[in-house]
Amino acid sequence: MSRVVLRSARRSAVLATAVSLSALALAGCSGSNDSGGASDTASGGSLKGQTITVYSGQHEQTVSALVKDFQARTGIKANVRSGDEAELANQILTEGPASPADVFFAENPPALTTLENKGLLAKVNAATLATVPSADSSAKGDWVGVSAREAAFVYDTGKLKAAQLPAGVKDLAGPAWKGKLGIAPSETDFTPIVTRMIRTAGEAGAKSWLAGLKANSKVYGSNEDLVAAVNRGEVEGGVIDHYYWYRLRDEQGAAHIHSALGYFAQGDPGALVDVSGAAVLSHGKHQAAAQAFLAYLTGKPAQQIIATSESYEYPLAAGVKNSKVSRALTASGPVVRAGDLGDGKDALQLLQTVGLL
Amino acid sequence: MRTLRTAPGPLPLVAGLVALLVASPLVFVGLQAAQAGGDTAHRLLARPVVGTLLWHTVALTTVVTAGTLVLGFTAAYLVERTDLPARRAWTVALAMPLAVPEFVHGYSWVSLFPWVQGYWGAVLVMTSSLYPLVFLPVAATLRHADAAAEEVARSLGRGRLATLWRVTLPLTRPALAGGALLVSLYLLGEYGAFAMLRYTTFATAIYNEFQTSFDMASASLLTLTLVGLALLLVTLDARAARRGRVVREGTTGRGCAPVALGHWKPVAAGALAAVVGVTLGVPVFALVHWLVRGSSTTLPSASIVTETATTLGYALTAAALATAAAVPVALYSWRRPTRLARTVERAAYLTRALPGIAVALSVVYFAIRYAQPLYQQPSLLVAGYVVLFFPLALTSVRASLAHVPHGVEDVARSLGVRRILVLGRVTLPLILPGLGAAFAMVTLTASTELTATLLLRPTGTETLATQFWVYTTGLSYGAAAPYAAVMVALSVPAVLILTRRTLGTRATAPREN
Repeated sequence: MSRVVLRSARRSAVLATAVSLSALALAGCSGSNDSGGASDTASGGSLKGQTITVYSGQHEQTVSALVKDFQARTGIKANVRSGDEAELANQILTEGPASPADVFFAENPPALTTLENKGLLAKVNAATLATVPSADSSAKGDWVGVSAREAAFVYDTGKLKAAQLPAGVKDLAGPAWKGKLGIAPSETDFTPIVTRMIRTAGEAGAKSWLAGLKANSKVYGSNEDLVAAVNRGEVEGGVIDHYYWYRLRDEQGAAHIHSALGYFAQGDPGALVDVSGAAVLSHGKHQAAAQAFLAYLTGKPAQQIIATSESYEYPLAAGVKNSKVSRALTASGPVVRAGDLGDGKDALQLLQTVGLL
Repeated sequence: MRTLRTAPGPLPLVAGLVALLVASPLVFVGLQAAQAGGDTAHRLLARPVVGTLLWHTVALTTVVTAGTLVLGFTAAYLVERTDLPARRAWTVALAMPLAVPEFVHGYSWVSLFPWVQGYWGAVLVMTSSLYPLVFLPVAATLRHADAAAEEVARSLGRGRLATLWRVTLPLTRPALAGGALLVSLYLLGEYGAFAMLRYTTFATAIYNEFQTSFDMASASLLTLTLVGLALLLVTLDARAARRGRVVREGTTGRGCAPVALGHWKPVAAGALAAVVGVTLGVPVFALVHWLVRGSSTTLPSASIVTETATTLGYALTAAALATAAAVPVALYSWRRPTRLARTVERAAYLTRALPGIAVALSVVYFAIRYAQPLYQQPSLLVAGYVVLFFPLALTSVRASLAHVPHGVEDVARSLGVRRILVLGRVTLPLILPGLGAAFAMVTLTASTELTATLLLRPTGTETLATQFWVYTTGLSYGAAAPYAAVMVALSVPAVLILTRRTLGTRATAPREN
């Protein structure tokens, strides 16, 4: 493993200059008001015509818009392999050093942390890491945060008033919610909440909370199923990531929406702002081009695309706002540090112990 | 005779090789599971949820398999042995639910009737999507079987029911056993439909394990438990099949005089109409409903043409290869019913019960180590399909071999025809309908495959199923609908071929002519 790390460190040292130059060039063109398509990217010239492979667990339509723009700006082609982030992470783990992937673009930190712990990720260029707040990326610098989503409580507006919403996610295990909730415990978005519960209430506290939640809830296979079930009145509420509701609204049209989003109080384990991030695979054959892609993702043009896309995520770069989401990210409190979420193993074991998985 | 049959040939070698290839996912799962320590194994398998999963899986498999047997046999009997009108139309309509992928079946029900969920929801949806797997082989057997036995039974004064029970049912036992095996193995490995119906089985738990823990060892441990269940099923099937080896030694099968339904005719027709309405009407209605209702519905993008071509190309190639690969294995176990031959055949079936993700990851594992230039190339995806769907092909080929008299090859060879020519001139033509059925069956299933496709497809290519998945995970059901519709439309010809090839033409015209 150490040899792997050394080799990738050396390689990235060699490539660092070229890449940070290209990152600068990108930052340069994003600074101008109209960044007119294919830039010459002086140092990017050597990368032009290269093709990188991106394993992406992110919203597909948004990623394809990003890749198109990236290609136009840098001349680097990106082949995107879209899939479920967990499936893709498993695929990378199975492929090992022979993986054709250059970049892994995930939805949640635990998927990235798992690969980081296996020594499969290369260090992200310092210039790229500097474009987003330091709490939004890996503490070791192995992956960079790109966008954020937050946990929210979706509820049936026919059955609940905003005043009746729970203040904290802890309340949901109480008897008042019996038979009224839906949860999707197998979703990778759910594990971070459990992890945070373990941090705040201890293992025993988190366990009894989960047991209560289980007793109160119907279990759904995915957040998509859960949000749709709340909207048609099957259950009164459930915890999801905020964007699922916006996508449902787009799909069904505002006239068919009988639900709304509520939020937990700041500091609550359920008031969770979680990042999506991207990493360069240490065995990837196109390190410089892969680093250029990460630099692009955190740069203004890409963040602007994310802010206005149908994925309804929050951009992380300073000065870019998402106007499509009714609540500002600042209302939700700080992004949870990736280190605090770990690889999610404790939460998983707890979910298995109580029988939710 | 004996010397002819046991003469050494390439067949055992080829059959063994195919079985080895097809069973490679089992090797992978075993290797991975071995990496979980005793503690992990104990922690995982002693979970409270494992008992529940076991119970769910067994309860569902038993009831759905029984349901498909009853429904499939009854429908086949009504269509083939009674004077019900429009039997051709009925046959096609009853086979057609096969054209709808299970996950589309699942979504159709859930989206229209939210109360369809849990155990009875799963029973309803899975029975309605899987019963054609029993109906088609049973109908084929009834159509091709010589009617003499049934006529004799009735002429000896046996009642209709007694004849049905003592003669007709045993006649179809291999078809029933084959269908039941396929249905139950499908149920063990199915994920998508159960996830939508909120019913947890071993397969959904394994999928969750892969998804949430990124730990192949523990997921593989659960998978091995599932393989244990599958082994049980395959053994049961082998017993049933052995007891009911049907060989029609006569060369001219004659059609049977149809049983007159009398007053029961409208009842029977009504019941069949209800079955078609539930199993086919619901998904078709839901599909139309999505197309009209979803606000994200736009004209399908130009890419739908490319994706259709890609999907078809992969599915047809996989079907041809899987069918070709099934022939030596089926022939080997048919000609030489030895213990080894049976083992080879059963190993091939076991992979059918593996969740798609386990099979896909094993293909990734072996390809990246031993066939890296092929990795994420179209040929590898095709190979994955062949591994996944080989059992479907094998069942069809095996079923058609069951009706070939044992001595024909020997006779041909004793007349001085060379082995390879015997195969081409005698054996293959006899099992041609079975080959056609195998081909159509694999085409149909492969063109809607999702899990393995996501992991094995060449980067940048999409199939109809992966595109459907992209939109449904983005909650764009309207945008997803055209892809589902094309998948169903593409499957219709395969089902038609399957129906025609399986049933063929009646051996001779019915007697009443």
